[in-house]
Amino acid sequence: MANIPTLTFDAVIVGGGGAGMRASLQLAQEGLKVAVLTKVFPTRSHTVAAQGGIGASLGNMNDDNWHYHFFDTVKGSDWLGDQDAIEFMCREAPKVVYELEHMGMPFDRNPDGTIYQRPFGGHTSNYGEAPVQRACAAADRTGHALLHTLYQNNLRAGTQFFVEWIALDLIRDADGDVLGVVGMFLETGELAVFQAKATLFATGGAGRIYAASTNAYINTGDGLGMAARAGIPLQDMEFWQFHPTGVAGAGVLLTEGCRGEGAVLRNSKGERFMERYAPNLKDLAPRDFVSRSMDQEIKEGRGCGPNADYILLDMTHLGEAEIMKRLPSVHEIGLNFANVDCTQEPIPVVPTIHYQMGGIPTNIHGQVVAPKDGNPNAVVNGFYAIGECSCVSVHGANRLGTNSLLDLIVFGKAAGEHIVEQVRKSPAAHKSLPADAMDKTLARLSRLDNSKSGEYAQDIANDIRTTMQAHAGVFRTQKIMDEGVTKILELDKRVPHIHLKDNSQVFNTARIEALEVENLIEAAKATMLSAAARKESRGAHAHNDCPERDDENWMKHTLWFKDGNRLDYKPVQMKPLTVDSIPPKKRTF
Amino acid sequence: MTDVRTIEVYRYDPAKDEAPYMQTYTLELDGSERMLLDALIKLKKQDETLSFRRSCREGICGSDGMNVNGKNGLACLLNLNHLPKRIVIRPLPGLPVIRDLVVDMSMFYKQYEKIKPYLINDTPAPAKERLQSPEEREKLDGLYECILCACCSTSCPSFWWNPDRFIGPSGLLQAYRFLIDSRDQATEERLANLDDPFSVFRCHGIQNCVAVCPKGLNPTKAIGHIRNMLLRRAT
Repeated sequence: MANIPTLTFDAVIVGGGGAGMRASLQLAQEGLKVAVLTKVFPTRSHTVAAQGGIGASLGNMNDDNWHYHFFDTVKGSDWLGDQDAIEFMCREAPKVVYELEHMGMPFDRNPDGTIYQRPFGGHTSNYGEAPVQRACAAADRTGHALLHTLYQNNLRAGTQFFVEWIALDLIRDADGDVLGVVGMFLETGELAVFQAKATLFATGGAGRIYAASTNAYINTGDGLGMAARAGIPLQDMEFWQFHPTGVAGAGVLLTEGCRGEGAVLRNSKGERFMERYAPNLKDLAPRDFVSRSMDQEIKEGRGCGPNADYILLDMTHLGEAEIMKRLPSVHEIGLNFANVDCTQEPIPVVPTIHYQMGGIPTNIHGQVVAPKDGNPNAVVNGFYAIGECSCVSVHGANRLGTNSLLDLIVFGKAAGEHIVEQVRKSPAAHKSLPADAMDKTLARLSRLDNSKSGEYAQDIANDIRTTMQAHAGVFRTQKIMDEGVTKILELDKRVPHIHLKDNSQVFNTARIEALEVENLIEAAKATMLSAAARKESRGAHAHNDCPERDDENWMKHTLWFKDGNRLDYKPVQMKPLTVDSIPPKKRTF
Repeated sequence: MTDVRTIEVYRYDPAKDEAPYMQTYTLELDGSERMLLDALIKLKKQDETLSFRRSCREGICGSDGMNVNGKNGLACLLNLNHLPKRIVIRPLPGLPVIRDLVVDMSMFYKQYEKIKPYLINDTPAPAKERLQSPEEREKLDGLYECILCACCSTSCPSFWWNPDRFIGPSGLLQAYRFLIDSRDQATEERLANLDDPFSVFRCHGIQNCVAVCPKGLNPTKAIGHIRNMLLRRAT
């Protein structure tokens, strides 16, 4: 460890997306010494690709309040979401959105000068009665507007960014406390220890464990891999959201905002089939519901195209002016990735992997929790997680559109505030690093750098992706999932045999990709094992052999541990902070 | 019919190459590749030492700017059907090369930071949103959408000559985005910050920036507006 420098901070944040930068802004504004490690330049984080909006009951368009938002989110989660966290998020929502506006975020506007809001899937007024306009939007570039605004404000606050530094491992001592991370600079290959009183993961999801994904190449679940290797469980990883409208073949996302603005889904007969499945909300039912309905249409032979394998997203009736004003990027994506001018023709779409509901378990302050001495939610000292890599759990078994951006901002801020408080409360020096802090990382790197033969990292990554696509997709049976478990455990054995042909220290992207595979496999194992064990259908986990939700036996969170692939469970928090609990009901829309 | 492309790529790894060189690859496409980025990822399977940045693969993150057959663009938005059999790829011009197609963008970012790219309004914030009319908000269209890919600034001869002193088209587009935002109160400070012979006035209206912007934005027009504001301020 002699020649590897240790850099010391109050807080180290891993990930420069929406969640990480909302937290870093809080810390920098409070004068803490904070480092943000980000493997891409911050504005290239995947938050930038969010399109439709951020949910908050501002009530600018119709009658709305946070109680309605709370109800929709609990119901949307299929009663797997924790009601304390959901209440916290929905109550905080208007405030954090106004703060974004004050920071300069270019929201669209109403004639009275207020923020424009559009309808979205599962957003209703008066507890499910009718669609409500709750999604605060900047055209169909809300994520871009949000991420750039946060970066800009971090520049103003003087946040220290370590750009193109990838975190490789978490440092935990014998007490189980988290003391920082080991990071690597892509440009030079140099390593450093980032020591901190608080280590915050905001590393995003692992959407690249699937073959057909709306996610960016960088979404390899790095935080999940690091946490799992350090003995932290991963929660509810069987729940993966299929977004109804990924461009067929390309996977690129088309926002639910299309349907919010009035687009409809049609089958090969030209029928607006969602009217049959969800008579009330129709095309604006939650995503798990719409994706399954599309799947059903295709299975029953009413898919479109020469192979009857996709559905059409039709917005031609909205008119060119409205499309170009509200959905300009959708128009662009249609031209680029489907050869379709969506003002004239419908776009072929299929349900596509989009969002990871599960992740590193946390409480509403962003503190990571894990079972210890009989307490299922014991705090792991010094460790925080927020955003898609975390599971607080506000999304439960199915996330509502626009609640992801909201999650980033609400919990980014909450974690930031909590860290400030903690650091101020304990001004003592940093805990000393264990002597073996770097050992595991150095061993992994040296094995990779000295490999003489073996497999190409991307061949293994691709096998993980095709396996997950086939065995943990929209359609799940016990047999399909059990086979998936066998296959993914076989793949796990291949990962240590990755051979790296590029030994350069300078911007070695092959090495980064190889290291990412070690994270992908942890997310894949967590998903596959958790899914095969859950004998019910809930939200995005649709189990063909157990088609009903089983609250008596399965209204509980899954915890997967890397060691021995052990599964454990803990209860769902049914008690909100201040209001009455919403008891489980059958979900119809 | 097989689709075989000849792809010539600028290669340079300072750790082992004395000088940059062009390497020629032959790549057979099987029809599953749509964009140039897909072809590059396939090439990387042949030769994993080939280095380039990429992330979202849909033209919103701005990672994969490069110079393709003489014109800057994003690899993920360049359709292979619109590219010829022979494709020549170089890093974005004018910036130091770290390795292969990866350039050091610090100078580009520094110019962005110079224009104070954040809303300045130090009056106490209201309990709700600051109001802005749809017409005022529309003035930000064509400005805020910049993805910082640097395709424009690295195609600009004025930026090549004075990357340390000329803000460049991307930074100026953002400068105007804040100058024109009805909520911003630092117009005078912003203009004073730009009022020198280099920051803005090195733009000679060549419009390379407009020709290459993958998001269809028009920095030249924004620069014209800033120029007018500066001239009005001087009189």
